[in-house]
Amino acid sequence: MTVRAALGVVGRYVFAGFVFVFFALPLLWLLSAPFDTAPSVQVSLPDFTLENFRTLWDNPYAMRSLGNSVLIAAGTMAITLVLAALASYALSRVRIPGRDTLLYLLLLLSSIVTGTAAMVPTFLLMTELGLIDRQLGVVLVLTGGLLPTAIFILKDFMDSTPRSYEESARVFGASSLQILRHVVVPIARPGLATIAVWAVVQVWGNFLVPFILLRSPDRQPAAVVMFTFYTEGGQPNLALISTFSLLFSIPVVLMYLFVNRRYGFRFHGGIKR
Amino acid sequence: MTTVPSPTDVDPAGPAPTGAGAGRARIDDGDAAGLGRWRATGFVAPALLVVAVFLVFPAIWTLYLGLTNWRLTGLAAAEPEFVGTENYTDALSDPAFRNSLLLTLAFVFFSAIVGQSILGFALAWTARRLRPAVRSVLETVVLLAWIIPASVVAFLWLALLDRREGTLNALLGTDGTAWLLEYPMQSIIVFNIWNGTAFSMLLFSSALASVPPSQFETARMAGAGTFATLRDVVLPNIRGHILTNTLLITLWTFNVFAPYLITAGGPQGRTEILGIYIYRVALRDGALGEGAALSLIMIIINLIVASVYLRLLRERRP
Repeated sequence: MTVRAALGVVGRYVFAGFVFVFFALPLLWLLSAPFDTAPSVQVSLPDFTLENFRTLWDNPYAMRSLGNSVLIAAGTMAITLVLAALASYALSRVRIPGRDTLLYLLLLLSSIVTGTAAMVPTFLLMTELGLIDRQLGVVLVLTGGLLPTAIFILKDFMDSTPRSYEESARVFGASSLQILRHVVVPIARPGLATIAVWAVVQVWGNFLVPFILLRSPDRQPAAVVMFTFYTEGGQPNLALISTFSLLFSIPVVLMYLFVNRRYGFRFHGGIKR
Repeated sequence: MTTVPSPTDVDPAGPAPTGAGAGRARIDDGDAAGLGRWRATGFVAPALLVVAVFLVFPAIWTLYLGLTNWRLTGLAAAEPEFVGTENYTDALSDPAFRNSLLLTLAFVFFSAIVGQSILGFALAWTARRLRPAVRSVLETVVLLAWIIPASVVAFLWLALLDRREGTLNALLGTDGTAWLLEYPMQSIIVFNIWNGTAFSMLLFSSALASVPPSQFETARMAGAGTFATLRDVVLPNIRGHILTNTLLITLWTFNVFAPYLITAGGPQGRTEILGIYIYRVALRDGALGEGAALSLIMIIINLIVASVYLRLLRERRP
């Protein structure tokens, strides 16, 4: 029995070791190449330098694309948050006819009309609306995709907030919007923060929607621009790509750590995508 | 609403036109802020409008678009004509489409249903009995593969599998093996397992945490081995989670576009899964009508998987 138990422990750690190597191996490059004087695609102990970050800083497209990513992510997050908060609050407090069917249909739609499946009609719609090559178009398409899930999750939060404060506020003559802003929003803050982080993470890494809707390199976000970094010789500019990748990945990793600290991974397991 | 309602106001829904209905609504849902039906509808409307224009309308429009010969450029771009079901019959008889559908099935089956599920479960199962520090390092690295943006992840794999200087060739001593040319499908399947296992791991971790410890204890007392414990204790308890996991990762993997960043569908269409195929037909070759027909096929397959999932979800939450 003890031999079997010992074998079990060894087996577990061997398995864990293999899995660790499998997952860590591709990631190593992200840690070594940005700090190497002559980065290649091979992982090696870097000949340490921070020069690559200067190259990155001096590249106009790189820095502008990160700015574009911030703009698109912040815009989508803001619109999603405001519209979802209004809708979920009303749906939580008032039984509008057909409410449950509506929520069900919204959720169904957002999971079947994905960016990939609907890329053709979305592209044509944006062409007809004159929103091709405009960041507003990307923001609206992404918002439309995120809203159903955001409303669904926020309604759960709103359902669990106490109503007595709202009654008191109403007694003192507050309007519905005032009650929402000064009473409900502070109480529902954890839910709103979660949705905000979730929306930013979704948009930050999205490649397909800006890839098909934006044409000019100076409007494209980081996820798309990365694939245009070539040297004069036509080779991928690895110094630029590696540093850029690192800089581009850090915000989402930090946001996940934040969510993990606050609410634990078990919760957000359900909210990616 | 500027009037101050008195605390003894008999109509809690304030200006709502249907006093009786709103009164009942208070008991059901507690319309404490006195929104009333009309104002509530006004709160919901902006969100619904955005969803209607940018999510619902494209889906419905696809029905019509798929029946036209709309093109990106040329004569059919200016005045698209109605061609009936030609796009569908063309697509179904096109070997490239059937090839793409088969590749997609293989991709979903091997990378999600087999790969991510089994590896995710094995990780969740093993991690419970690792030392906490080891466990958290292992889980972090699996999660990193999931949360890093797809563009970056794709590049990491291009570097890993590079023919001349790639880390994999250096490690295995298989210098000069062009993984993406010789084993393109296997490469993107392994890539997708690497990329998406975190979700299954998280889901099965919480599933295993919900199995009553007393049942494990009983199994141990009865001298049950690992296999018997899995079959008789774990499986009956997490059946619902397995179904949820399978349906969700099937839906997501079916809609994945990231392999495009690694192989762009090549070589010679050998990794052209459905999303990439649609992109090539509609947006690169410009056959928007045919692309729309393909989009509709994809949306319908999504609909089938998603409605099975949502039906189960609704049955479980009363």
